[in-house]
Amino acid sequence: MSVNQQAHTGPPYGQPQPAYQRYQQPGYGGQQMPGVPHSQYGVYNGPMPGYQQPAPPQGYFPSLGLPSKGSPVSLNSDTSSLAPNFIGPLRTPPTSGAPPPTSGALLPVGQPAYNQFGQGDVQNGIPASAVQMQRPSVSQPFIPGSTPTSISQLSSFQQYGPSPTGAQQLTNHMAGMTIGSVPTSAAPPAGVGYGPSTSVPPASGSFTATGSGLYTPYSSSQGPRPASMTHGLPPTSLSQGVPLAQPAFSGPPLSMQRLPSQGSGYAPPPSSTGIGPSNYPSTTGAPRPSTMQSPPLSGQALAGLPASQPNHLASPPPPQQAMSGPHPGPPMTGLQGPPPPSTHPSQPGYQIQQNGSFGQVRGPQPNYGGAYPGTSNYGSQPGPPPPPKRLDPDSIPSPQLNELPPQQKPRHRIDPDAIPSPIQVIEDDRNNRGSEPFVTGVRGQVPPLVTTNFLVKDQGNASPRYIRCTSYNIPCTSDMAKQSQVPLAAVIKPLAMLPTEETPPYLVDHGESGPIRCNRCKAYMCPFMQFIEGGRRFQCCFCSCVTEVPPHYFQHLDHTGKRVDFYDRPELSLGSYEFLATVDYCKNNKFPDPPAFIFMIDVSYNAVKSGLVRLICEELKSLLDYLPRGGNLEESAIRVGFVTYNKVLHFYNVKSSLAQPQMMVVSDVADMFVPLLDGFLVNVNESRAVITSLLDQIPEMFADTRETEMVFAPVIQAGLDALKAAECAGKLFIFHTSLPIAEAPGKLKNRDDKKLINTDKEKTLFQPQTNFYSNLAKDCVAQGCCVDLFLFPNQYLDVATLGVVTYQTGGSIYKYSYFQLETDQERFLNDLRRDVQKEVGFDAVMRVRTSTGIRATDFFGAFYMSNTTDVELAGLDCDKTITVEFKHDDKLSEDSGALLQCALLYTSSAGQRRLRIHNLSLNCCTQLADLYRNCETDTLINYLAKYAYRGVLNNPVKTVRDALINQCAQILACYRKNCASPSSAGQLILPECMKLLPVYLNCVLKSDVLQPGPEVSTDDRAYIRQLVTSMDVAETNVFFYPRLLPLTKVDVDNDALPAAIRNSEERLSKGDMYLLENGLNIFVWVGVNVQQGLIQNLFGVSSFSQISNTMSTLPILENPFSKKVRSIMDMLQAQRSRYMKLIIVKQEDKFEMLFKHFLVEDKSMSGGASYVDFLCHMHKEIRQLLS
Amino acid sequence: MATYLEFIQQNEERDGVRFSWNVWPSSRLEATRMVVPLACLLTPLKERPDLPPVQYEPVLCSRPTCKAVLNPLCQVDYRAKLWACNFCFQRNQFPPAYAGISEVNQPAELMPQFSTIDYIVQRGPQTPLIFLYVVDTCLEEEDLQALKESLQMSLSLLPPDALVGLITFGRMVQVHELSCEGISKSYVFRGTKDLTAKQIQDMLGLTKPAVPVQQGRPLQPQEQPVISSRFLQPIHKIDMNLTDLLGELQRDPWPVTQGKRPLRSTGVALSIAVGLLEGTFPNTGARIMLFTGGPPTQGPGMVVGDELKTPIRSWHDIEKDNARFMKKATKHYETLANRTAANGHCIDIYACALDQTGLLEMKCCTNLTGGHMVMGDSFNTSLFKQTFQRVFSKDFNGEFRMAFGASLDVKTSRELKIGGAIGPCISLNAKGPYVSENELGIGGTCQWKICSLDPNTTLAIYFEVVNQHNAPIPQGGRGAVQFITQYQHSSMQKRIRVTTIARNWADAQNQLQHIEAAFDQEAAAVLMARLGVYRAETEEGPDVLRWLDRQLIRLCQKFGQYNKDDPNSFRLSDSFSLYPQFMFHLRRSPFLQVFNNSPDESSYYRHHFARQDLTQSLIMIQPILYSYSFYGPPEPVLLDSSSILADRILLMDSFFQIVIYLGETIAQWRKAGYQDMPEYENFKHLLQAPLDDAQEILQTRFPMPRYINTEHGSSQARFLLSKVNPSQTHNNLYAWGQESGSPILTDDVSLQVFMDHLKKLAVSSAA
Repeated sequence: MSVNQQAHTGPPYGQPQPAYQRYQQPGYGGQQMPGVPHSQYGVYNGPMPGYQQPAPPQGYFPSLGLPSKGSPVSLNSDTSSLAPNFIGPLRTPPTSGAPPPTSGALLPVGQPAYNQFGQGDVQNGIPASAVQMQRPSVSQPFIPGSTPTSISQLSSFQQYGPSPTGAQQLTNHMAGMTIGSVPTSAAPPAGVGYGPSTSVPPASGSFTATGSGLYTPYSSSQGPRPASMTHGLPPTSLSQGVPLAQPAFSGPPLSMQRLPSQGSGYAPPPSSTGIGPSNYPSTTGAPRPSTMQSPPLSGQALAGLPASQPNHLASPPPPQQAMSGPHPGPPMTGLQGPPPPSTHPSQPGYQIQQNGSFGQVRGPQPNYGGAYPGTSNYGSQPGPPPPPKRLDPDSIPSPQLNELPPQQKPRHRIDPDAIPSPIQVIEDDRNNRGSEPFVTGVRGQVPPLVTTNFLVKDQGNASPRYIRCTSYNIPCTSDMAKQSQVPLAAVIKPLAMLPTEETPPYLVDHGESGPIRCNRCKAYMCPFMQFIEGGRRFQCCFCSCVTEVPPHYFQHLDHTGKRVDFYDRPELSLGSYEFLATVDYCKNNKFPDPPAFIFMIDVSYNAVKSGLVRLICEELKSLLDYLPRGGNLEESAIRVGFVTYNKVLHFYNVKSSLAQPQMMVVSDVADMFVPLLDGFLVNVNESRAVITSLLDQIPEMFADTRETEMVFAPVIQAGLDALKAAECAGKLFIFHTSLPIAEAPGKLKNRDDKKLINTDKEKTLFQPQTNFYSNLAKDCVAQGCCVDLFLFPNQYLDVATLGVVTYQTGGSIYKYSYFQLETDQERFLNDLRRDVQKEVGFDAVMRVRTSTGIRATDFFGAFYMSNTTDVELAGLDCDKTITVEFKHDDKLSEDSGALLQCALLYTSSAGQRRLRIHNLSLNCCTQLADLYRNCETDTLINYLAKYAYRGVLNNPVKTVRDALINQCAQILACYRKNCASPSSAGQLILPECMKLLPVYLNCVLKSDVLQPGPEVSTDDRAYIRQLVTSMDVAETNVFFYPRLLPLTKVDVDNDALPAAIRNSEERLSKGDMYLLENGLNIFVWVGVNVQQGLIQNLFGVSSFSQISNTMSTLPILENPFSKKVRSIMDMLQAQRSRYMKLIIVKQEDKFEMLFKHFLVEDKSMSGGASYVDFLCHMHKEIRQLLS
Repeated sequence: MATYLEFIQQNEERDGVRFSWNVWPSSRLEATRMVVPLACLLTPLKERPDLPPVQYEPVLCSRPTCKAVLNPLCQVDYRAKLWACNFCFQRNQFPPAYAGISEVNQPAELMPQFSTIDYIVQRGPQTPLIFLYVVDTCLEEEDLQALKESLQMSLSLLPPDALVGLITFGRMVQVHELSCEGISKSYVFRGTKDLTAKQIQDMLGLTKPAVPVQQGRPLQPQEQPVISSRFLQPIHKIDMNLTDLLGELQRDPWPVTQGKRPLRSTGVALSIAVGLLEGTFPNTGARIMLFTGGPPTQGPGMVVGDELKTPIRSWHDIEKDNARFMKKATKHYETLANRTAANGHCIDIYACALDQTGLLEMKCCTNLTGGHMVMGDSFNTSLFKQTFQRVFSKDFNGEFRMAFGASLDVKTSRELKIGGAIGPCISLNAKGPYVSENELGIGGTCQWKICSLDPNTTLAIYFEVVNQHNAPIPQGGRGAVQFITQYQHSSMQKRIRVTTIARNWADAQNQLQHIEAAFDQEAAAVLMARLGVYRAETEEGPDVLRWLDRQLIRLCQKFGQYNKDDPNSFRLSDSFSLYPQFMFHLRRSPFLQVFNNSPDESSYYRHHFARQDLTQSLIMIQPILYSYSFYGPPEPVLLDSSSILADRILLMDSFFQIVIYLGETIAQWRKAGYQDMPEYENFKHLLQAPLDDAQEILQTRFPMPRYINTEHGSSQARFLLSKVNPSQTHNNLYAWGQESGSPILTDDVSLQVFMDHLKKLAVSSAA
């Protein structure tokens, strides 16, 4: 929140103002005039038409809306074009009139989306609320509070009524609840609506806060209002106790209807949008501003009161400041004065506020809430679940741009600021839950978001770092589960690294007889086992079977039935721990030898010429000192071996007794074998001299090579055979450059064919060419041979096929396209270092046991399964994640809940055989509302992405995409139908915990795998597909919704990161620099107008034009700004499992297209919908499901 | 007689040829009645220190089917400058260079003393000799060490410009690249998979050798490319490298579990060696030298499984058709041998192990290519070390006593045809007018390829008289045979040796005594023995003995003087007198008897028997026994048990073994230490004498014989006892009641009994 605010405030004011004015004027004038709330509704109606008209030109304005937030630049962007479209189809008719101009501005943003989706309504308001909502635990309490506030808002709205701004604000904050105010269509209405909204803004600031809450009450109370409420309310309601709001919204429904019917839905948005942006600026006029200001402030203050507020508060800090700054001034002015014009300056501020504002807004809400008695009701209702949010695109006015021609304004837009903002949600959670440790003692607790830094105290359940679930409340019956369509899945990262503050799992040794287990289901001793009969037996918590306690394990029970040694035994008191495995758990009943690492280096012409071979060899010399030691060993037990290859394989004998290394060439690639045993795998320290000599010589030996034909499968076979011969598990590090076309098993053809995209045959691009590699993988898994692949392709090399073995053995693929020593060296070396050093478990088998009622049915990740229950992993490192889906096979009971136990048997890098156990207890529910309240969207996205990415192997991509959308719609529709309070169908109501689902899902849908742009290679898609399949929640989160940080906002004196902003071009300012990271790349975007001083400080060149975009690292300069930016980068790099590639993007440079691809809230080049558009589409889908 | 003996000896010294008959029966019918075929033992490269090679090309008969070389037997018209081929009677012009010839100015090849003449010809590029070591690493540490030392030592013996290569094998086969600095490279092959030559060359990167090499050093003169195979390098360049490499050779590192034989991929190793040379240096002199310490246990050519509990096949197994791998292995090695021979390379096998090593299966590798076969107990014995050293021995000119890639061309007068050859050669399948349809040995051709030969290499060549009885040969007519041997001398020169011999024809009906007198019984014995051994190798064993017996009886019937059915009247003339005795010992020899010999030993003995010259062959058939005593100088004594006396020291040379046997008394004296007493210095000398003589033999013999110093009653005395004629056995010892000699415990018949039977059968009218 804070981020947004800050960012916006600065620039926006200047420019946005005009837009706001316009918006306010038109919107309000037309619609609002009638009645405040009504007017809003009216506005909505109006907006629709308005949108249509304005849409074309101004559609972009929405982007203007952005500008409000950010800079004018955004305006320039696509939005304009989009808007038109939208407008055209949907709303054209209504708005066309005067309003256009104003609306136009608003529309832009939303419009594009609308065009596609048709309906703009969606959740403008949501974002704010969503944020709050999502943190279930926290949010819940807050929500109640918020609801009341919302009510108050309503009142305020009324007051403001006149000033549409209020509505806008509401919408924004509220999450642009009810959009579809067709009625207002009155023409300008839309535009007007917006206008008004804009004018309202100031008020809206407050409104939004109150927004939803208020509305709901209103709706209930008043017929008309509801509609208006919806507009205005939606946002608030959404943000806050939506459910409550809904009833009130009855009015809105009407608007909603419109929406569906036309783009009308969208139309409403315009009004809302109008409201949103315009409100602030214009509204501010004298009266509102004051109100606004006060509200926000109060809101915050209030916030403290309502549960929701806290959230806000948390986030507020930044917002507040920002808010206070901008709000007071602009909003006031905006409102009073001619909402439209005067607001200009204010608008930006508001917008900002809005963005960030949600928090603030809510703040105000409380106030409102307080004012409105009705809210209390809501409060009660929402209290617990308020989650749902209604979005009314229409209702959410997007900030207007000064630049935009007035004409454009007429379009109705959903204010992007009014829809649920991931940034807001993340910020809220961080503020609310980052400070306290997360104690795992309580069943079914929803952990903080992955983006939040928090400590975990293990008190009986596994840390969320190990396991995260899509829902911590499992429906008791499969019917419920089916109805909700919410997948039940756990994302398990069994060997996750813990922060140093947390204790790694204790190692438990149960002696020669091995770990204590249930006799029937073989579950391992865990905190949920019930000891009975004075401790002589225990009842299994998974299968209820009673097992004798072995004498050596017997212990008396205390008066509560706990064993006396409860706290002494990790397996009784902790969620995660390890057992020392006995020989029964070992292959061939023999304790394993320490694993081996084999480095297999491509020495083809390309590899040698690019300097890669030399680089690898040089690096290995030092890297070998950092092999994982597996605990506290003095030196690593891991043995190493070396192979180079081109068309043939070269093995090296580096036995310590040799004076010089020996090279053994195996040319019989058709029938691979390992030519030596003794001397191939050696202890690094013993053979150091020989190894060094070898690594010195390898680059020389192949310096003149001309070989370009390569083999691949034989390389893996060789490694596998070597491990077989040495009778140990291990890992192959293969450095490979090209498609293996040499005559050998596993030879591949170049089958890259972009023409297949979007055909039924597209799936073949993801499938391996031959099943040879699958069979090979099987053998590798059997031996515990994990394959890590470093690819350096200059052209297609069929990652889909080459990666099969890596994928199925739990290895990692690293890909460096067009590898160049200067630019990619550091990234590669860092990856290599990390990959070599990280702890790995070998020859692992994972089984997930569940208590009766559910069972694990499906597994996603990099592994092999020979049966339906055991996940076999040749290797499993600390970054690899397995997603497990559960299905009901019986009923669950609320009392006993549901238990998961994930047991991983593996060989540590020291060669010790261990079992790692993670236990997690979940609640069960009979009410769908509980389910929705305890969901985790990030995890859900993780699951959905993996599900979809697997789906593309067998189905056309379009089918997969449709299925995703459909499932998402069903989830949300189910919520709407069963959990949300009745309200206008035109309202989009999202569960608090899932309010980001649409935006994230859209990101998934737009990802390269599911919707490739022309510049995305087939290999990249396959690569990403495999990559995502092993990602944990934090990685998928940032991968799909990259983190965008404004570098110019950096506080050089502070450790903190600057607040993130939303991934939209509108948010970028020409005068700023931004950093965007998605786990694979870091972009530094430099605006054309960035101060030269900053450029000098950061890049060491004097002007924008001199910045080289080929630099792979920032120059090390001795100034605070450079230091700070670099430290931020270092910090980001440290957070990710792979070293991210730095790409400098200059605005309007060729790389900018690439960069824009990651602005995931915008419409993408390849046809991906913008956030707003998608939200509208989702809304439409939901309504179809509901009708 | 003396004249014939002298004649025979002269001929042998001059031409290296010994005929079974030195006067030839003039018709086919009579020739067949002679029983012993008309044949000769030819030592193509017999050392002729007195024979300076001439430096020009031989003059050939211009008839395309003849191409005989101008020789002293040709009729020359000095005025017309014409010469008539004495084989086809074609009249040929002398080439321009011979314009100046006259009766007094004859070229060497026309002088009678140059019936054998060496030509040095300039043809094609001279390629250095190639030595490719194929070394088994599944050896005991001690053995391996000894072998490594021998190999390192051998480097100093090689011609400095020779190319050397190294292949080692155990479970895998490694082809070592020799010119690497800082790191030793080798190409490794799975020991279980047979590869075609093409595959091998592909895998060794030999298919396009020009590319990398020329890029590496573009300025190198062009002569280099041929030489520059990475695996075969001039010894002077990589001497140090190779020495180090050999020094670092490790035992095969793959673990051998209890009760198993090490996995040894001899078959593949050889196949790769052959493939390597085939691809890089076809048709140049090259030796593949295989050093193996045990049987091939895996892959193609495996002889026995790796389970120690299954012993290596014995003759018994073979008879019972119980040798699982034999046929397949033999086929594998035969294929290899044929390929090798086709490329003009040869394979040596140095097998040192206590147990069998699969020589039976591998024998064709040496037999067909003229390579050496050496069998010993360990590489750490002087037998191996010296034998190996002797491979590189030099002649009086300081040149290696080895030649490569020879082809032997035989021309005959039209009354003769060529039946075949027996020796270390393969047929070149050259059909011609001189080729008989009746094959004896390797027949059906008038040309053979001898991939490697040394001055002792001797072939038996069998002829057939085809002149019909009713077409008498004019009085004084002579039959002629010309042997043309083209070879690569160890100095890398191409040489051609031409030997032309002629013998008189005689009508067997009225000049039988001439023929009889000209019978060379030694040559005949060896020639018959070769035929017998050849048959034994290719056919069933027992039949051979019966065939030999029948031949002997027929010969006795033909040439003996006797009254019908009166054995006592039987007499043989001097020229035949020894022949039955040779046959007696031949029957008992390991060349025909497999009893008490492993299949490997049989193969080994037969291998050498088929290539040694007459003298050595005779020693093999009938070992020589010398007796040392105080009663006089050492004397040869009968190879008979009666020669074994208590106060004698015996020295037996059976070619493969040198046995010094101390009689009972002598042994006791030595035990008592008399030799150390000054007053018994003569005894010391007596003891020393046979040692010195043995040493002399050991010095020159190739392969180095097994040297056995034993005494009465010791177990090793069996080597002697098994050879002597068992005139006294446990069956007749007391009957004879004599003091002399010592009884042999055997059921074998003695010479006496044998002769008695022979006489009886020879005179029998029923036969």
